[in-house]
Amino acid sequence: MEKTKQRAEHPLDAILRTDRIPHIWCPGCGIGTAFSACMTAIQRSGIDLQKTVLVSGIGCSGRGAGYTRLDSYHTTHGRAIPFATGMKLANPELNVVIFSGDGDLFAIGGNHFIHAARRNLDLTVVCVNNLIYGMTGGQAAATTPCLAKTTTTPRGNPDPPFNLPLLAFAAGASYVARWTILHTRDLGKSIEEALNRRGFSFIEVLAPCPTGYGRRNKQHPMDTLKMYQERSVIKHGVHPMEAVLDFGSSITLGIFIDQERPTFSENYDKTCRPQAA
Amino acid sequence: MQPFRILPAIMSHEGLSMKPAVLTGEHFMTGDVACAEGALAAGCLFFGGYPITPATEIAEHMAARLPDVCGTFVQMEDEIAAMASILGASCAGIKSMTATSGPGFSLMMENIGLGICTETPCVVVNVQRAGPSTGLPTLGAQGDMMQARWGSHGHYEIIALAPASPQEMFHLTIEAFNLSETYRTPVIVLADEVTGHLSERVIIPEATAIRLRNRPRPKGRKDRFKPFQPGPNGVAPMAIAGEGYGIHVTGLTHDERGYPVMNAETQIEMMERLTQKIQHNLDDILRTETYRMEDAQIVIVSYGISARSSLAAVDEARSMGLPVGLLRLITVWPFPERQIQMLAQRVRGFVTVEINLGQIHLEVQRCAGGKVPAYLVGHPGGAVIQPEQIVETLKAAF
Repeated sequence: MEKTKQRAEHPLDAILRTDRIPHIWCPGCGIGTAFSACMTAIQRSGIDLQKTVLVSGIGCSGRGAGYTRLDSYHTTHGRAIPFATGMKLANPELNVVIFSGDGDLFAIGGNHFIHAARRNLDLTVVCVNNLIYGMTGGQAAATTPCLAKTTTTPRGNPDPPFNLPLLAFAAGASYVARWTILHTRDLGKSIEEALNRRGFSFIEVLAPCPTGYGRRNKQHPMDTLKMYQERSVIKHGVHPMEAVLDFGSSITLGIFIDQERPTFSENYDKTCRPQAA
Repeated sequence: MQPFRILPAIMSHEGLSMKPAVLTGEHFMTGDVACAEGALAAGCLFFGGYPITPATEIAEHMAARLPDVCGTFVQMEDEIAAMASILGASCAGIKSMTATSGPGFSLMMENIGLGICTETPCVVVNVQRAGPSTGLPTLGAQGDMMQARWGSHGHYEIIALAPASPQEMFHLTIEAFNLSETYRTPVIVLADEVTGHLSERVIIPEATAIRLRNRPRPKGRKDRFKPFQPGPNGVAPMAIAGEGYGIHVTGLTHDERGYPVMNAETQIEMMERLTQKIQHNLDDILRTETYRMEDAQIVIVSYGISARSSLAAVDEARSMGLPVGLLRLITVWPFPERQIQMLAQRVRGFVTVEINLGQIHLEVQRCAGGKVPAYLVGHPGGAVIQPEQIVETLKAAF
């Protein structure tokens, strides 16, 4: 520790609400890494920061909105996407980024996700997938692997999980990627790409939750990261059907879908209000 | 984009006929359509909706008309999303609305609470049908009065207006926008199926004759701005997303900076701010109308379509020599308790007329404070109350 240099400033100071730090995330949690990759990407992307809004739902990842200096909205559980929908349609000049967790976006908010993808709203959704409800203490989510132990599946999870990129693709997302918090450069690049393109972009970030998930499944934070390192295979462009997420054998990462199609606003202007186009 | 733009009407575009926002003139229209026209006249530019009888016509009319004024209609996937979307639109700087009925209103409750906590102006129309549950979708009721008051969890103040005619659906929708903007809070238009589907004459005034209010806006240095620091009337100026204030807005208990603070002191401060901005401005918010009250011994308290049955009952009772008057509630929430308390000093009793089994009746009873009796002419829903039923109760009350 003696060799550690003390620095007066942090490269993300301009975009972080530094007076609210320290954050609430546990030691070993992956959300902070995903969040700083997201903030770095926003800063590097060249988009107008004054016109950039971060919207979150409820949960550990949902606390992200509280730590940025950008205009930020911490909404109700599962409703970040419809809130962001109203915001984007009210002022199309805004860059609207949703930063939230798997429980929030895909269980309680699942319906909103698929409809926003179907409409191809010009939104960027970053989903931190830690396989669990962290804030409430480790209950099974729609992403919890089969047989995993959680406080609500003490004998093992009987349910199969969603494959999020496949779901996003099937619903109509025009950009779909998956990374882990070990792949921060790729993740950052993906978020930058998403910010600079039109349409509904979805980026899944796998992250460990040592407190809620790891503890009950005999997985130390380092084990999870090692698993990410050893089992990840980057396969850009593969069909989301082949984007396997099997923690026992293979974790498929990459940019699976990048196909522009008309956005909700473009279609609405063309069909309903040509005078505004 | 300029916030609060009221775009000039675009009259034509390659053969498309674009109507102005304010359709000045004399019309024959339903209450639902009049409500939608009222919203447009108020400058509403965003409607997030979901179909539901008997409010669907509001969404349909907004879908047809909003593009005329460069506004946006979006049919969301459910009422939860509809409510969330209008909050988002309002935070981005434009006036927004949704319309629903009982089952949808139930789904909106959580996000109505978010709107109250984050002080986000918007208008929610509930064209009431008979419940509970799916109930009688095509038939009227006034059974959501207490849901409008207390339906979202926690303690809060809410503003709700009850129109009694298509003309009032037009005017009170504008008033609902004005109050929501002034006090930065969701405002509910508590209509009923009968008023919503009733066709009557509606006079739409000149645009210049419609007084519009807009939310208070911040001035001064952006870096020193506190998004929840109240102004002189108790309402905090509202910064909009994308203006450079760098605000944080949360449904968690927050301080004047908008930062979440998890303790009882902050909760007390926030709750004082949220409730007092309504309680301290009752003169501006409360609207009632009286009929033949000068020498009234028994006062009918009613609202919405039931107030029209009551009007006929007053005349009939008067023709029988009974000194009866009507107090029609236009603002239902906050409840005009002072007015009822004052009346309780001089009248012999109250009769509340409403299409439920006693909701506003409980409030009247509370305000009468045991000084005089309070009777109810109620109905569980599915029909309007007949004047004869009211007269029977009036006779018994004397």
